[in-house]
Amino acid sequence: MKQEFPKGEINTISGPSLVIKGDDIDTDRIIPARFLKCVSFSALGEQVFADDRKELQGNHPFDLEQHKGSNILVVNDNFGCGSSREHAPQALMRWGIRLIIGESFAEIFFGNCLALGIPCMTASKQEITKLQNLVRENPNQIWDFNLKELSISNQKESFSLDLEGGAYKMLFSGKWDATSQLLDAEEKINNIVKNLPYLNNFKY
Amino acid sequence: MSSGTLYDKVWNFHQVKELPGGSTQLFVGLHLIHEVTSPQAFSALNEKNLEVKFPNLTVATVDHIVPTLNQQRPFSDPLAEEMLSTLEKNCKTHGIKFHGIGSNSQGVVHVMAPELGLTQPGMTVACGDSHTSTHGAFGAIAFGIGTSQVRDVLASQSLAMKKLKVRRIWVDGSLQKGVYAKDLILHIIRLLGVKGGVGFAYEFAGPAIEKLSMEGRMTICNMAIEGGARCGYINPDETTFEYLKGKEYSPKGQEWDNAINWWKSLVSNSKAKYDDEIQLDGSSIEPTVTWGITPGQGISIKEKIPNPEELPKNEQQIAKDACKYMNLKADQPIEGTSIDVCFIGSCTNGRLSDLQEASKIVKGRKVSAGIKAFVVPGSQKVAKEAKQKGIDKIFLTAGFEWREPGCSMCLAMNPDKLEGRQISASSSNRNFKGRQGSANGRTLLMSPAMVAAAAINGKVTDVRKLLQE
Repeated sequence: MKQEFPKGEINTISGPSLVIKGDDIDTDRIIPARFLKCVSFSALGEQVFADDRKELQGNHPFDLEQHKGSNILVVNDNFGCGSSREHAPQALMRWGIRLIIGESFAEIFFGNCLALGIPCMTASKQEITKLQNLVRENPNQIWDFNLKELSISNQKESFSLDLEGGAYKMLFSGKWDATSQLLDAEEKINNIVKNLPYLNNFKY
Repeated sequence: MSSGTLYDKVWNFHQVKELPGGSTQLFVGLHLIHEVTSPQAFSALNEKNLEVKFPNLTVATVDHIVPTLNQQRPFSDPLAEEMLSTLEKNCKTHGIKFHGIGSNSQGVVHVMAPELGLTQPGMTVACGDSHTSTHGAFGAIAFGIGTSQVRDVLASQSLAMKKLKVRRIWVDGSLQKGVYAKDLILHIIRLLGVKGGVGFAYEFAGPAIEKLSMEGRMTICNMAIEGGARCGYINPDETTFEYLKGKEYSPKGQEWDNAINWWKSLVSNSKAKYDDEIQLDGSSIEPTVTWGITPGQGISIKEKIPNPEELPKNEQQIAKDACKYMNLKADQPIEGTSIDVCFIGSCTNGRLSDLQEASKIVKGRKVSAGIKAFVVPGSQKVAKEAKQKGIDKIFLTAGFEWREPGCSMCLAMNPDKLEGRQISASSSNRNFKGRQGSANGRTLLMSPAMVAAAAINGKVTDVRKLLQE
């Protein structure tokens, strides 16, 4: 089956969740460097968390049968730190992840996810722990994420989530794919090129 | 909100416009690319039928995947060869200058660009690599980006970015003998944590910073990202200008004088406002070594590996993970920890002065039996200058291997890897689980001189003891 990747307005995402526990999970762990030897992102989905999965011999959340088809990932603090490799969110996206909820995210990782249309939502440590426990207790539970309401809920429980204003507007309007917006400013860019001292023999 | 800092001034020069989402469209003055994070960006450009907007503002080299033993083409690893030839093809198609193998100017992107004079004060520098913060050492705003942003910069010479807050880290005093820039930055990351810098640009300032060479300053800014700060910088001064003078891409003649005037005008005002300020004493810092699995898990050479139970609550779990993964016992001294592999190189510490300082420790001594020790110069220029000074001979005589330039075992995308549970003393920047090419390999980060000392003694050693002998 060909995967549909995020496009346009990201308003609602529904599906089962899975949990990756631990603070400071770096992008080397999400996708080890040897898998960066590629000129296309297409094979990365199978390789996500490769070393952790090998170590757990089939018991890693990304291998468990009960999590097949999950599209929401719940993590802890400073998720995605380290290398700027977009291969990390690409690998998560190609495995099937469409939304990540955590205590906090590393900056470059957050931006890379945004550029793919994957919201990285935050909540307090307490709330995350509660959500993670609920997901673990009932992995088949369908969760409904609503960007406008900044919440994720099932029939019984609802959690408030946070997202900084800029990213919210980009996802809500569907304008998270920046290229066309950036190209709109051609004249202004040319102006900067004409005026930046270091591009003009330092005459200023 | 900050005002009057170098960050504010450089930001203003490069602001294209405010974007509807609240971020800023920022012009990129120097775009550096390499073989790992650019191929998908060029493919995306082709799919969208877009051109490279300013090919003369993008510069390419190859570093991550190059083998360091034999750089004959084609590389023996077909995937590595494919990545290099894809980059060559993309550069040729789009008219981008490529510093390849055999060009005499190839090297780790954050080593070769500064030494060519490409990186200058007041620029915005972007590259698909988190250690782009290195270039901030010149008083540039430099930051790592993902592949989608590489595509955006190729297409528009700009990207969407939120302005960061600015934290000034003021370092008093001066570093003691045997204590290097690497020790200082490991110490800072230990103090502020691996996510302490998220949302901030770090301005490193104060007497201890001013006394550092450009190469030391690059080591500091290089690892800003390990403290969570996407961007770190140091105000340009005479040390900066002295370094840049006469470099291939540096301004010359009248332009040079004009450039210095402009560069000086960018320095943070004495009454600049910062979002946060921190002060520490550089004189009291000791050689620092990481014992765990994040660059924030560092201790001085005189300290013992911490007992997780005695750490602040939010550090306990990762400290427990680290003890288990590293197979190191709490309350044991870090000094004397046996090691298997010694790696001197990387964008953090693969420059001439790094090799020079390490060679002083190695000179007249031998690598301890059973230790694999190797030096990977950061660039072809570094390798050439080191050879002219006879530094390669010092290492070779002592039993080190002397390799060809590249990123090598910093991230092990080439054949240089740890094996099994091996533990390395490494002058690189990350001690993450599996970082150096073995899923359960272990890394102790330290200065190049400390790596040299570890190689001689076969165990973690206070380099000051070898400096005295």
